[in-house]
Amino acid sequence: MDIVVLIKPTPDITKVKFDVEKGVVDRSSATLEINPFDLYAIEVAKRIKRLFGGTITSISMAPPHAEPALRDAIARGVDRAILLSDKRFAGADTLATSYTLAAAIRKLGHFDIILCGEKSVDGDTAHVGPEVAEFLGIPHISFVTRITSISRDTIVVEADFGDAYYEVELRLPALVALSRPVIFKEEFVEPSMPRVSDVLRAKRARVEVWNADALSDVANASRFGLAGSPTRVVKAYYALEKGRNARVVRGDEGVAAILNALRELGVVL
Amino acid sequence: MNWQGILVYAENYSGSINRASFELLGKARELIPKVGGDVYATVVTNKESVERHSKELVAFGADKVIVYTVEEMLLPNPVVHRVALINAISYAKPRLVLVPATPWGRSIAPRVAAAIGTGITADCLDVYIDENGDVVQVRPAFTGNIIAHIKTLTNPVMATVRPGVFPLPQPRYDRKGEVIVRDVSVPNADSVKVLGVSKKKAVKLSEAEVIVAIGRGVKSKEDVKLFEELAKALKAQLACSRPLVDMGWMERDRQVGFSGSIVKPKLYIALGISGAPQHIAGMKDSKYIIAVNIDQSAPIVKYSDLVVIGDIYDIAKKLLHALKSSQF
Ligand SMILES: Cc1cc2nc3c(=O)[nH]c(=O)nc-3n(C[C@H](O)[C@H](O)[C@H](O)COP(=O)(O)OP(=O)(O)OC[C@H]3O[C@@H](n4cnc5c(N)ncnc54)[C@H](O)[C@@H]3O)c2cc1C
Ligand SMILES: Nc1ncnc2c1ncn2[C@@H]1O[C@H](COP(=O)(O)O)[C@@H](O)[C@H]1O
Repeated sequence: MDIVVLIKPTPDITKVKFDVEKGVVDRSSATLEINPFDLYAIEVAKRIKRLFGGTITSISMAPPHAEPALRDAIARGVDRAILLSDKRFAGADTLATSYTLAAAIRKLGHFDIILCGEKSVDGDTAHVGPEVAEFLGIPHISFVTRITSISRDTIVVEADFGDAYYEVELRLPALVALSRPVIFKEEFVEPSMPRVSDVLRAKRARVEVWNADALSDVANASRFGLAGSPTRVVKAYYALEKGRNARVVRGDEGVAAILNALRELGVVL
Repeated sequence: MNWQGILVYAENYSGSINRASFELLGKARELIPKVGGDVYATVVTNKESVERHSKELVAFGADKVIVYTVEEMLLPNPVVHRVALINAISYAKPRLVLVPATPWGRSIAPRVAAAIGTGITADCLDVYIDENGDVVQVRPAFTGNIIAHIKTLTNPVMATVRPGVFPLPQPRYDRKGEVIVRDVSVPNADSVKVLGVSKKKAVKLSEAEVIVAIGRGVKSKEDVKLFEELAKALKAQLACSRPLVDMGWMERDRQVGFSGSIVKPKLYIALGISGAPQHIAGMKDSKYIIAVNIDQSAPIVKYSDLVVIGDIYDIAKKLLHALKSSQF
């Protein structure tokens, strides 16, 4: 099976610095690593490959300094890593990002399944997977918590619709966006650290870098990056600054304070 | 007469309309004087429910309801809903399309946006019209650390909106509205087959009024019982931080945070939770927050209204005792 994994290089949200005044993110303050949800996509890809053989190709759209994240993907078992990187891709919203990712997948030629994460820790939209599927004209399913079975033509999954989990069968090729925790057949999928030998192998491996010209036969360059993005951020600010000024109490005084609060809030009579 | 009015997608894959759709109708009524045109609702439903659902949508604020009827079996099929929403948009030509930011909505709406080539904003906390008459969408990013205000340059403006951020309007069953029944043919509906509900949710935390949440301060799976008991005594839902789900002590549906449920109860009691940004993202909008922690420097302290420095076992037992004894 030809498996494509969409990997977004993202900053570690606990390390990245925010400019509280300007409401912007200091992107140089944290290195880029694989979006945590996308690690599950890699793990599931490996399990599918184990069953059917084939290759795993990862695609990422990110600035050049995302390269170490792609090497990490190779160390974790991706066969081929492609980095879409070009100034013309910069400033992309979900529509332009998905358009570009879909173009790159089309450029690859044949694929059987696309796996991606439920959402990214920075973009936080969960919209890119479905939009990629739309641009490719294939079915998709989001918020998948279990792969029940898979054959060369179909995949059966359990997906969170909101009110309940549904069992859904999709015809391949299809895109599957993975939540966590996720179960593959009967087994819990947990990403593990790559082995040292794999890390060393990945250091020497080739990361392919594609620019906008590389996609010229499959896409319209005016739909890339900021130019192809219909949404604009007009204002941004840091959200977590205002603390609540908690009253701090200790021990038994604490029990009394909680009981008081419960009474005041009408939780107990 | 193009790109006027507001279209609300009423989420109905189970036979009943998700209440978040009604919240969006309330918001649409508030915005419509500044946007102009009508408030539309669109719904996919089975034949038997057409009347009931249209009445409901009108009562909650729709001027016009665009209805697509399908066989019961196809109701939870996302392919059908995608085609219906695209059709409703091309019929109503609304300025703004609002969709609940539920897992279902966040799966359908972006596909529709890509299909019609318009911009979409995810998981909005607010939508307003600015002094230029532009639609502005307010959303969190970076795991809730940043709030961004976003404009869309294309029509229609599409947004998925977080459930629970707008109040549920009072339905008025004497409101009059028009019902428009439309047909769509769905090519490829069989590329996705929904085989049925595989598992009900253990709990819907987003609707809980009082939540007792436990974290890694709990030392063993056995000990969860004590806090379950406390939750029961407070008629609260028991919730948790992520490590407890990862260890298999609690169900996935009880996790609060970025990769769990976003909650907004009247009271949130965090027991032995440090307050990592991914947890804070899920509960910071709770009305009143109580934290119990042995460590006064834990980040959760900043986001709480009342902090008790102490052992969660000790505090939980004393609370239970007090709640059971005659003084209460
Ligand atoms: C992509 C991503 C998504 C994530 N999503 C979520 C999410 O949705 N929800 C979530 O919760 N986490 C999430 N996390 C994990 C998050 O980063 C933290 O690891 C997690 O929230 C920590 O849980 P905790 O506070 O229970 O544990 P800890 O951080 O270990 O804190 C335990 C706290 O308990 C206190 N304590 C210990 N013993 C006692 C005692 N006897 N009495 C009183 N206090 C005591 C300690 O002082 C400490 O403050 C996510 C992480 C990533 C990378
Ligand atoms: N720039 C990108 N490059 C590669 N994959 C991406 C990119 N942006 C988003 N994705 C994929 O889409 C998923 C959802 O991301 P988002 O819509 O940003 O929340 C992620 O988990 C990735 O798998």
